[in-house]
Amino acid sequence: MNAIRAVGRLWLVPVTLVAWEIATRVAEQPFFPPPSATLVRMGEMWLSGPPSRLLLTEQAMSDFGPSLARLFAGWALAAVIGVAAGVAIGCSTRLSDYLDPLIHLGRAVPPPLLVPFFLALLKLGTPAQLATIVFGIIWPILVNTIDGARTVDRQHLETARIFGFSTVQRLTRVIVPAAMPKIFAGLRLALSLALILLIVAEIFAGSGGLGYRLLSAQRTYLYADMWGCLVVLGLLGYLLNSAFLLLERRVLAWHRNARQTT
Amino acid sequence: MLEITDLVHSYGSHRVLDGVSIRAAEGELVCVVGPSGCGKSTLLRSVAGLIRPTGGRVLIDGRPVERIPDNLAVVFQDYSRSLYPWMTAANNVALPLRRRGLDRRRRREAAMAALDQVGLADAAEKYPWEMSGGMQQRVSIARALAYRPSLLLMDEPFGSVDAQTREDLEDLVLRVCAHHGMTTLLITHDIDESVYVGDRVIVLTRSPTRVAADLPVDLGRSRDQIATRQLGAFVRLRAEVGRLVRGGSPTPTVLEKH
Amino acid sequence: MEHARVLRGVAGVAGFLAAAEIVGATGLIDDRFLPRMSAILRGAAELLADQEFLADARATLAAWGLGLLLTVAVAVPAGLALGALPPVERAVRPLIEFLRPIPSVAVVPLAILLFSDNLHLRVAVVVYAASWPIVINTIYALRDVDPLAKETLRSFGFGPMSVLLRVALPSAAPFIATGIRVAAGTAIILVISAELLAGGAEGVGIYIMEAASGNRMDLMLGATLWAGLFGVLSNSALVAVERRLFRWHDARAGVAR
Repeated sequence: MNAIRAVGRLWLVPVTLVAWEIATRVAEQPFFPPPSATLVRMGEMWLSGPPSRLLLTEQAMSDFGPSLARLFAGWALAAVIGVAAGVAIGCSTRLSDYLDPLIHLGRAVPPPLLVPFFLALLKLGTPAQLATIVFGIIWPILVNTIDGARTVDRQHLETARIFGFSTVQRLTRVIVPAAMPKIFAGLRLALSLALILLIVAEIFAGSGGLGYRLLSAQRTYLYADMWGCLVVLGLLGYLLNSAFLLLERRVLAWHRNARQTT
Repeated sequence: MLEITDLVHSYGSHRVLDGVSIRAAEGELVCVVGPSGCGKSTLLRSVAGLIRPTGGRVLIDGRPVERIPDNLAVVFQDYSRSLYPWMTAANNVALPLRRRGLDRRRRREAAMAALDQVGLADAAEKYPWEMSGGMQQRVSIARALAYRPSLLLMDEPFGSVDAQTREDLEDLVLRVCAHHGMTTLLITHDIDESVYVGDRVIVLTRSPTRVAADLPVDLGRSRDQIATRQLGAFVRLRAEVGRLVRGGSPTPTVLEKH
Repeated sequence: MEHARVLRGVAGVAGFLAAAEIVGATGLIDDRFLPRMSAILRGAAELLADQEFLADARATLAAWGLGLLLTVAVAVPAGLALGALPPVERAVRPLIEFLRPIPSVAVVPLAILLFSDNLHLRVAVVVYAASWPIVINTIYALRDVDPLAKETLRSFGFGPMSVLLRVALPSAAPFIATGIRVAAGTAIILVISAELLAGGAEGVGIYIMEAASGNRMDLMLGATLWAGLFGVLSNSALVAVERRLFRWHDARAGVAR
């Protein structure tokens, strides 16, 4: 039953792929290799390694490894700083009054503009890319956390006061959990933005990673390779997003259910 | 035990409380009833120390309320906003007990005992949103009980539940307050309820609010939803409170009969 | 109250500038690396008289504005069609769900192949990336329309087309507007990314790269500052327009932010 329903839901995907395959074979346009050729190249590039390494090739390790490490490190760093600062600012009207204009300005700067700046400041390499990612994606986390911490239900806070919660308890048991739905919204935005900045930084700095592979494939007329990179980046974006939604669903189960019943 | 003297509170130029004085003896269950919008909640929030009244004094056990006293618990009307939806019932009840210096195991035991008292021993691991409104309010009451306050404040605690649940909760409150000997101040707009639950009923006037009357309820401590409500004394008292809430003046004969 | 807030905001900005200047003046940071705040502000002021920068800014804004207009022209009808025809929407949804999370800048190398003209390239990339928030918001908004409002009109004998125009579109409009505001932010990110990655003759991204190769950090940061200020202004302007147009719409949170 489920399989039939899935076919009913997904039928357009194979249809599109087949149509794409036929169209590209008929057109014989070099920029648009048939999906089958792209798939073959993807297998050759990344999935023809020894079984002991799950078939991953050397190239797969060097393409994905550093990219993913930078992505997660930058995202985690931005999350920690953004949430900590956001809770502090959100809990104090005074502090948020002082910082509001600066935060508005900071988040309005188009993050890719920072790529050349940090590359010039920190020289080529991982620190510059990390700095770009952290500085570029921290704003949605910060702004959402501030908003979440500021709009905690008054009765939640009064209950904490009545029962004499300590400051730490108030933060960890009341304010942060209450702000969690908004924090997660910020973290998800930040994750997709991080992937974009990672690619820009890698392409721009030309120092390895998937973004670099993408551009060098394009420059050396390896169009199937280029499409392969595009597909993999799409898959990566899709997987990250799905994994994050799964996490969110687990952590915020109370939120979804509480909203459904009230 | 609780002494409220000449309490005055204004929001800007709008005077809500205009010299309210209420006393409650140790172990007494005092109901405060008044027309809607008469500042009942402001009164409760002043007693709890959540707001600082413009004037007057609140003494608990002879000590003035300056910050939030540590021997006081509140049950709010809106349980869905007072319980934390990200914690199970047991954790909601156990969390405030850290202030009592209990270790994890003892907190857990006290929480389970309190949940048992309100008839929710089986629901300890449920989240508030998995429960009916009446069950959530029971958790809220269990949280107050486990905290072992000497003064319990209840702000329209049965205002958001259906009639049947309301009666069950009224009896629950009567039982546990008597059992623990807690002094309780219960705020309500329901005339029937104030007479049924209270040892004394304080009737407030419209805003700016004063005390219209302070009526003792001579119905004994054990009450029954059907039998008590049929007693002549209950009916007379309810009529009297109703008249006062609508702005009438006290009838001396009703008081004399007690 | 409001007065005190503004004052604190001004104090915050002044404090930040002063602190940055003092740190620079102590010599802790080599000012060939990171210029002092006063130098950055001077650089920002100079830029206003710099014909080259102004031309670059115009080029970026032109690509942004044109891209956004085209995006709205494509994405709103697409969203309306998908929202009004649930079977089509169900069929297309898996494709959307796969295409949307693709990091949009990854299509820049492909666009480089397809468009020789730099303006066309940037506009194309913007249309691809900025369409998603509008399409998605429009679909959700149409799905959220109060069925009672639709049935009321239908009971008076109006056809499906006039129901769409008279009820669905007005009640979906605030959400579509939110989508457009989100799209505006996405669009500027894409224009600048495309400039950085595809090169070309004109654009703020190009200007910044040139300033970087000339080691003019003050001009780089000055240009970044202007970009940020422009972002603040354009966003506030869009928010103000939304508030004016949709005063009847109680401040319900948008679908995507």
